[in-house]
Amino acid sequence: MGKAFQRPEALAETHTHYCPGCTHGIAHRLVAEVIDELGIRDRTVGIAPVGCAVMCYNYFTFDFQEAAHGRAPAMATGIKRVRPDLMVFTYQGDGDLASIGMGEIVHAANRGEKFTTIFINNAVYGMTGGQMAPTTMPDQRTTTSPFGRKVLDTGMPMKIAELLSALQTPAYIAREALIKPKHINKAKKAIRKAFTCQMENKCFSLVELISTCPTNWGMTPLDALKWAEEKMIPYYELGEFKSPE
Amino acid sequence: MAKVLMKGNEAIGEAAIRAGCLNYFAYPITPQSEVAEYLSRRLPEVGGVFLQGESEVAVSYMIFGAAAAGERVFTTSSSPGISLMSEGISYITAAQCPAVFVNIMRGGPGLGGILPSQADYFQAVKGGGHGDYRLLVMAPASVQEAVEMMMQAFSLAEKYTNPVMILGDGLIGQMMEPVEFPEELMAAPSNKDAWATNGMGTRGSTRRNLVKTLYLVPEELNAHNLKLKAKYQQMEREEVRSEPYQLESDYQVLIVSYGTMSRVCRTAIDNFKENGIDVAMIRPQTLYPFPLEAIHQAAAKESCRAVISVEMNMGQMLEDVERAVRGKRPVSWYGKCGGEVPTPEEVMAAVEKLMQ
Amino acid sequence: MAYEHRIDKDRCKGCGLCVDVCPKNVLEISNEVNTKGYFPAYQARPEDCIHCAICCTMCPDVAIVIRELEEAEPST
Repeated sequence: MGKAFQRPEALAETHTHYCPGCTHGIAHRLVAEVIDELGIRDRTVGIAPVGCAVMCYNYFTFDFQEAAHGRAPAMATGIKRVRPDLMVFTYQGDGDLASIGMGEIVHAANRGEKFTTIFINNAVYGMTGGQMAPTTMPDQRTTTSPFGRKVLDTGMPMKIAELLSALQTPAYIAREALIKPKHINKAKKAIRKAFTCQMENKCFSLVELISTCPTNWGMTPLDALKWAEEKMIPYYELGEFKSPE
Repeated sequence: MAKVLMKGNEAIGEAAIRAGCLNYFAYPITPQSEVAEYLSRRLPEVGGVFLQGESEVAVSYMIFGAAAAGERVFTTSSSPGISLMSEGISYITAAQCPAVFVNIMRGGPGLGGILPSQADYFQAVKGGGHGDYRLLVMAPASVQEAVEMMMQAFSLAEKYTNPVMILGDGLIGQMMEPVEFPEELMAAPSNKDAWATNGMGTRGSTRRNLVKTLYLVPEELNAHNLKLKAKYQQMEREEVRSEPYQLESDYQVLIVSYGTMSRVCRTAIDNFKENGIDVAMIRPQTLYPFPLEAIHQAAAKESCRAVISVEMNMGQMLEDVERAVRGKRPVSWYGKCGGEVPTPEEVMAAVEKLMQ
Repeated sequence: MAYEHRIDKDRCKGCGLCVDVCPKNVLEISNEVNTKGYFPAYQARPEDCIHCAICCTMCPDVAIVIRELEEAEPST
């Protein structure tokens, strides 16, 4: 009984600046583990977003580019078109992907650009201090929805996995969560499948990860996990939405 | 080498290929969409990459990604599209990546018009995007010169690891002139392993490369800006180019004009000469770095009584001409906007006013 | 097969996620602050640890590692 567990080579030793209990750290580790297991570190290029993960390049040990807010899918398109042999992924949050970057992700997915996107959905804008995101839940209080999100005024939360799955171009689209160990194990499988689709030059791939933001939700890390499970999972269904087969 | 009659937009596209750039991302906009149309057929022929992006914003970042990955890449657009790309251009200069941008200027501001203008001088030379950055800006006056400047642009961009801009206008883009593509202008291959994110395996290195523009520590950001500034100072020392016209004569008025506008001025000067009146011109070929010294020397000539900046805008290069003349002579402006190209007679009338 | 479970107490941010998921109730939050000012997790009942690595899976900071020990190597 028992097993070993080590830091993956693709993950740097640097201590992260993320808040205690922030699930960015889990997402980073899963991506790094998959990169190690697939043996692709020396041909991987990551693209960092603008958001809490703006400096995520400090936490990985392979080539990285830093994108302008929302533009990572365009940069990924540029790299992948001129160097199709490189393994390219973008790592983006709610504002980066679902707000300012909406045009870029939809078109990249629609063109079937063969890079992978890791989408961190924590229902809030973390880095800038907790403003409302397109993915914020109804009645959720944020610094720009102090009375709770009014859906009559700002609409319903955006379901990105479903939206992108409606495109006709083949893709691998999945949504998993970083809430309990069983979720995390499923998330890793999805991330691995996404990168494998890219290795096999099959299609665009995106894994949406339901994540927590204890600081801007005003909760302890454990309460944040509970809130995500009770409030987000019923709305943001988990599973594979689209597969290239 | 045979000369071919080519439309400016198409010649610009072909020039990039002949220079050794086989990657092009762009968005259609009048009056330069023919570049994309031409390259969509031509690039597959040479095994290149062509992609029409979803917007100029997206295109500017496709350029950034590809350039940062160490590949030669360029794009073309026109005035409002360049506005959209300006943020991306700021990022690319901050990241110190080589790339070539072509602006085939149209009337502005706003949606403006689709006919030629020179109203993006400020945008190109003084920075359309944010922050302390400069672009090396070249302004061709003919399709042949556009071809040569395009071919040189890639080597220059790689020499300075900085974007280079070719500032043309709708006339350059649309007219057909005979061109040849000098083989000696083909850009020599350059190794980008020192900084490009081309994959650690490609470089045979265990050290990764990072392309970023964020420097949160003030001392680091200041140092970074000083590094960029040093490059621009080198550009100012080494890359200034201008063409004199009739400077040997005892001219009373010095015209400063660039691009296709300078050709109209040339005709005006020739007309004056037929009537025994001496007028001369300095045609800047690089707008940044600006030929400050050449203009100052020419303005300081004893016979010269006035300087006039002739441009298709409401007076933009005028300010740099004033800066170059440093008060030695009165400086004025003549121009038209909206796609109205001044005639030689109109230029002559403006110059005659100065001679009274 | 013997294993060594180690928590890097200066990497730990005391988030408590590992304490919550441990199936054997091995972990607790310490009363002693670390160099960052956090109260890190520690093995209160190390003898109950089955090295399932669920705490490692949950830790956002990779502050917990489990090392396979060579034969006859003592656990520190």
